[in-house]
Amino acid sequence: MSAEPAATVAPAPGATGPRRGRRGARWRSPFTPYLLALPGGLWLAIFFVVPMLVMLSVSLQTGNVVDGFVQTFHFAVYPDAIRQYSDQFIRSFAYGGICTVLCVVLAYPMAYWIAFHGGRRRSTYLFLVLLPFFVSFVIRTVSWKFLLADDGVLLGNLKDIGLLPDDFRVLATSTAVIGGLTYNSFPFMLLPIYVALERMDPKLLEAADDLYAGRAAVFGRVVLPLSMPGVFAGVLLTFVPATSDYVNASILGGTSDTMIGNIIQTTFLTNADYPLASAISFILMVILLVGIFIYARVLGTRDVFEMGTR
Amino acid sequence: MTTHGSSDHPGAHQAPAPAVNPALLRGLTQPRLGRRDVFRLGGLAGAAALLAACGVKGEKKDDSASVVPSDFWAGKTKTNTLDFSNWPLYIDVSEDGKSNPSLDKFKADTGIKVNYREDIQDNESYFGKVRPSLAAGKSIGADLIVITNGIFLDKFIQLGYLAPLDQTKLPTFAANADASVKNPSYDPGNKYTVAWQSGLTGIAYDPAKTGREITSYEDLFDPKFAGHVGMFGDNLDLPNLALVGMGVNPEKSTPDDWKKAAEKLNKQRTDGIVRKYYTQDYIDALASGDLWISMAWSGDVYQQVASGKNLRFIVPKEGGILWTDNMCIPITAQHPVDAITYMDYVYKPEIAAMLAEYINYITPVPTAKQDVSPALADSPLIFPSESDLAKTHRFRVLTTDEETEWNKIFQPVYQS
Repeated sequence: MSAEPAATVAPAPGATGPRRGRRGARWRSPFTPYLLALPGGLWLAIFFVVPMLVMLSVSLQTGNVVDGFVQTFHFAVYPDAIRQYSDQFIRSFAYGGICTVLCVVLAYPMAYWIAFHGGRRRSTYLFLVLLPFFVSFVIRTVSWKFLLADDGVLLGNLKDIGLLPDDFRVLATSTAVIGGLTYNSFPFMLLPIYVALERMDPKLLEAADDLYAGRAAVFGRVVLPLSMPGVFAGVLLTFVPATSDYVNASILGGTSDTMIGNIIQTTFLTNADYPLASAISFILMVILLVGIFIYARVLGTRDVFEMGTR
Repeated sequence: MTTHGSSDHPGAHQAPAPAVNPALLRGLTQPRLGRRDVFRLGGLAGAAALLAACGVKGEKKDDSASVVPSDFWAGKTKTNTLDFSNWPLYIDVSEDGKSNPSLDKFKADTGIKVNYREDIQDNESYFGKVRPSLAAGKSIGADLIVITNGIFLDKFIQLGYLAPLDQTKLPTFAANADASVKNPSYDPGNKYTVAWQSGLTGIAYDPAKTGREITSYEDLFDPKFAGHVGMFGDNLDLPNLALVGMGVNPEKSTPDDWKKAAEKLNKQRTDGIVRKYYTQDYIDALASGDLWISMAWSGDVYQQVASGKNLRFIVPKEGGILWTDNMCIPITAQHPVDAITYMDYVYKPEIAAMLAEYINYITPVPTAKQDVSPALADSPLIFPSESDLAKTHRFRVLTTDEETEWNKIFQPVYQS
């Protein structure tokens, strides 16, 4: 009887016991929710809301560092910024998008394998995935320059045995930038997907099996939908930082791989054009937020929050 | 930035009016107020206040109002302490790496203890870091800083952030400094600055890769080297050397010249000749063979050659750039007398020689040549020949309006 073994399966490790229903009456004070929200709220207010509003205010000023900036509500800076840097905006979203897709494609099978076939060594495999990330972000990226130098350990040898043409290169190309972004984002995609898969109740898979679902149907109709919250979280954690990244482009990129993050950096530091830099940052933030909002509407944010409460 | 009440601000009528809406007031007095509304209201009030916030006050000091040396130096005395902020790897270090012999000698000779910090990574971010304190008239914790001549040094001077130097306190400088750093175009009369070290911007190449001797700026545009040419990704060296390469003296250049230079550089990029626009990392790419030929700074190349790499540095026949890193005293310095004492002290030939041995850039004291090792004394990168120096130019000094135009023309070259 196939129903029998299912009953002996241990509960998934993430499952918690029944919730405790007890609630002390003194916790029912109407101020409690505000007090609980206060530390986090203040933190966000001081380090996020205030700087963001200052940024908005600065973006509407005109002037220069020497003569000073004056609030003129110069809204034209926004269309100007978009017009002037449309290439870099589009490139950033393209690179961020490609990187995200690559991350899903690479991380999903790996997370699946670790979650369902990793056995006792699951945590070892996860540790191995994370191991490179104990090294500083910049050092990791710079090490690519050493490994992938035109005549370096990898390409040099491949060229010597004639597998690659002499003028082939990886560094200073958009491939290198997207590769670097993907590499640096990989665990942020893998971990949420792994958590979603690992928490899946094996009874569901067995039930699907009992109902004569083939392997493809089990994956397509049970595993994949149940892991979508993990994918959603992974996409957020990957796409947003990858799109606004500037380190990979400046270390690995060539002449036409400037991303919007590099532009913000130059506009702010080198050109000391604080209004324009603020405007570009604000535009980037708004586009990302709108994008995420649409994405959340399509896939449903409730699932993400459910992830944390299960 | 100061936040004014919106009523006294001229731009206030344009801001969202923070006046209390009767409907809102009614809402506030009734217990219908949800948690979300509280947060929403708080945000709205903050937004209104900040949008009405006034701009950053103009900081420019009129020439007439700028501090005269005698006013600044009156009542200032030696304290035997000096906080010196410099760039990394820019001073002599003892064998064990624990001390700086020239600073130890300075202490023995003058009694002034130097707190040496290597906290200047580049001019722009350092300017961004210290600007708010200097604008507010507060100490930045440094009495002596080192800034390259160029757009950011101009800003330090224009904004009145630097103390005017008392020339009577600089006799050794007056006696020993090279002509190239006395009365420079970026600081006439050395009113605010005294040179620390200078360097040349020219071309470095690997003769084994290029297969020929490089002599001209035009070699950077040779399609044969496509994909292996390095250019600087900055708004100083890249544009100025391009102007020199076109036979234009940057200091006398016009916006038309800038556009022509940018056009030439843009074509170099779209033709696929440039591999990448580099900051400091071009030298690693040259050493690893990714670059065959690149814009370069003389001292970097000297260090690579000293470590056995087959690289050469040339001042192109069209000319090169001579830049100078300058010691200056922030207007808010706590120990200015000690700082100016040090400024003068490093112009003693034996001290300049100690520094030159380690730093490998161009010393501002030509007579130090007799005190350095022969390898150094013979190097044209440390003691450049008269003919090389005669070919060099200085960076264009830009007014703020010119700078905006300059950046608009050249930024798209290196950040396309």
